[in-house]
Amino acid sequence: MKVAISSSGTTLDSALDPRFGRAANFLIVDTDTMEVEVKENTQNLNLPQGAGIQAGKTVAESGAQAVITGNCGPKAFNVLQMAGIKVVTGIQGTVKEAIEKFKQDELEFSQAPNVEGHWV
Amino acid sequence: MIVTIASGKGGTGKTTVTVNLAAIAPVSDIQVFDCDVEEPNSHIYLKPENITTQEISTMIPVVDKELCNLCGECEKLCQFSAIALIAGKIMTFPEMCHSCRGCAMVCPEGAINEGKRVLGSLLEGKNQRGIELIWGELRVGEAMSPPLIKQVKQRINPEKFSFVDAPPGTSCPAIETLRDSDFAILVSEPTPFGLNDLALTVEVLKKLNVPTGIVINRADTSEPTSSVQGSMPDTIIDEYAEKEGIEILQKFPFSREAARVSSKGLLLVDEMPEMKKLFQELYDKIMSRLDAIKEKNPAKQAEGTMS
Amino acid sequence: MKELTVISGKGGTGKTSVTASLATLAPNRIVIDADVDAANLFLTLEHEVLEKESFEGGHKAMIDEALCTRCGECLERCQFDAVSEVPDNHDAVSNISGEADTASKGSGTVHTVSDKSGKFVIDPVSCEGCGVCVHFCPADAISFERQICGEKYISKTANGPMIHARLGIAEENSGLLVSQLRQKAKEMAIKEKIPMIITDGPPGIGCPVIASVSNADAVLIVTEPTQSGMHDMARVKKLADQMNAAVYLCVNKADLNPEATDEIKKFCHENGISFAGEIPFDRDVIESMKAGKSLVTFSQGPASVAVKNVWQNVLSFMEKRMDRLT
Repeated sequence: MKVAISSSGTTLDSALDPRFGRAANFLIVDTDTMEVEVKENTQNLNLPQGAGIQAGKTVAESGAQAVITGNCGPKAFNVLQMAGIKVVTGIQGTVKEAIEKFKQDELEFSQAPNVEGHWV
Repeated sequence: MIVTIASGKGGTGKTTVTVNLAAIAPVSDIQVFDCDVEEPNSHIYLKPENITTQEISTMIPVVDKELCNLCGECEKLCQFSAIALIAGKIMTFPEMCHSCRGCAMVCPEGAINEGKRVLGSLLEGKNQRGIELIWGELRVGEAMSPPLIKQVKQRINPEKFSFVDAPPGTSCPAIETLRDSDFAILVSEPTPFGLNDLALTVEVLKKLNVPTGIVINRADTSEPTSSVQGSMPDTIIDEYAEKEGIEILQKFPFSREAARVSSKGLLLVDEMPEMKKLFQELYDKIMSRLDAIKEKNPAKQAEGTMS
Repeated sequence: MKELTVISGKGGTGKTSVTASLATLAPNRIVIDADVDAANLFLTLEHEVLEKESFEGGHKAMIDEALCTRCGECLERCQFDAVSEVPDNHDAVSNISGEADTASKGSGTVHTVSDKSGKFVIDPVSCEGCGVCVHFCPADAISFERQICGEKYISKTANGPMIHARLGIAEENSGLLVSQLRQKAKEMAIKEKIPMIITDGPPGIGCPVIASVSNADAVLIVTEPTQSGMHDMARVKKLADQMNAAVYLCVNKADLNPEATDEIKKFCHENGISFAGEIPFDRDVIESMKAGKSLVTFSQGPASVAVKNVWQNVLSFMEKRMDRLT
């Protein structure tokens, strides 16, 4: 199964980026092989508005079936839900740690966005 | 003629000046517009009656899923991420939409219909003096006030005389309000905050090409002064105005009594004869400035948004 | 890390003066001036600018006269009355508009498309940056660049960093700028382990206010005992509720209308707002501003004492809220 993690860097040892929409990168990790694909999110970093929506789209197109991140606002959450992608929020630490926890079923899927939108 | 009362800094007495000027004006068919739609207050003082309320909304796209062929042209055009093609479905985000109608224009299938997002209300009423008050009230949670301000301003009757109460600041809502004004009164106070924000607003008005005069509120320190003396004189606004060549139209002294009267929602021109005199002088000065503007530029009336 | 945003609804209630004092009383904090189009906080907090960065807002459309075929497509499509047709000869402007119908003042519709009589221009102030004209221009004559519309600063003050900005004259996107300032502050707070962010919010309830309040732990409403102050306080309270922030309130110039102050207290009690205190009218507030200092640094008078009390109350409210959340 492919999982997308918001990441400040490009490797499994990178710190998880607490932001979803304006995350530096998304690491698309295959939980069976631990193979990593890097999706840059720089184009969204400076977007005047709608970063969450665009990031949601990037993840949806990557084929990931779940997202692990820190904060996810309502619009990004909607996008992910629409694409049938499950979301885990409130996670810190490295990407690897997050994946391990996910594999051991220690993470719980969110039923709703955990932060307000930024409105811009 | 449209006279707009503005100030960079909030709380300098913009609304107080607007409502008292309107109350003292001898003109019978006077209109007052409160464009501070985020926090309108003029009605508290002018007390209009028989108020009618109209819901104001803006266009947002509604996609006809039967007609949509998922080409994604709308998403490509939209600058505001208000419409997106996600996982084989078109999603809209109404609160992001700026109502440019680009999606509807570009859609090859004609699949985009007009929906609406409520911006707020447009209210109007007339008070016992015969003053017509028209104001907007932004829906709490709505981020975009300029489209609502635009709707309020559309009610301006050029045949009549209008006083417009502007929102504070120097960005979109203030600009939307100030454009097309024949004259702007900037209400300031002689403090560093007051001066800083006044100077910013003067720059905006230069850009919009609107002639300007200044009113200084709380202009003196006749109240028992502080234990420690401040470092800045109370003439900072006068000095600035002289340097910029902007006329000071009136100075209102600081008065606890005036603050008390205003805090109760009453008009200074009704309760305080000395204030009435100052407002009368201000009114007369504005009228003579307007006459001069009319003479100098008779075409200004019809120039519209071109300036 | 806790985030407190100071707002008022109505302008001029003393929001910035209160914020400057709180930012002086908090031993280790980041303070943000989010009133970006009329920033004042820097005038009362002694600071040294360490970093400057330009702020890029939205796109603006601009017609390249050399490529324009004067077809008028852009004028027809623009929903924001930003495109107008002007005669090539500028002297003729007043003449032509003078003949136009006075009733259509301000609507922008007086400028109808006539056969190749004038050139088309886009008013950058009116341009919404939607890109519709750019897309539909058959001659590809419209450019669409992102605009630099302000400057962001990180400054050093006695008790921690101050993050502030200056939005250009008549520029837009203040909400985006506020979001960026808060984002920067959050990153710094995490990196430098600063326990508190205090934000001086703009007046009103619109875009930049929403951007100032979203995801804050608590808001402190600074109001005044006037009809307007009370009207606006109720609206910002509603906004804070929508944003799930705890709401505290203090009344500035409370003695100017004691009856109204009592009414505000009652409102707080009935609406679940924690009352953080009353600040009396005191000329020292203005004098401190004139001296370029925060009130608590400048004066030991009655307002200064009251603001210190407000700060203590806010701190204890925030601690209680944190306990409840964890």
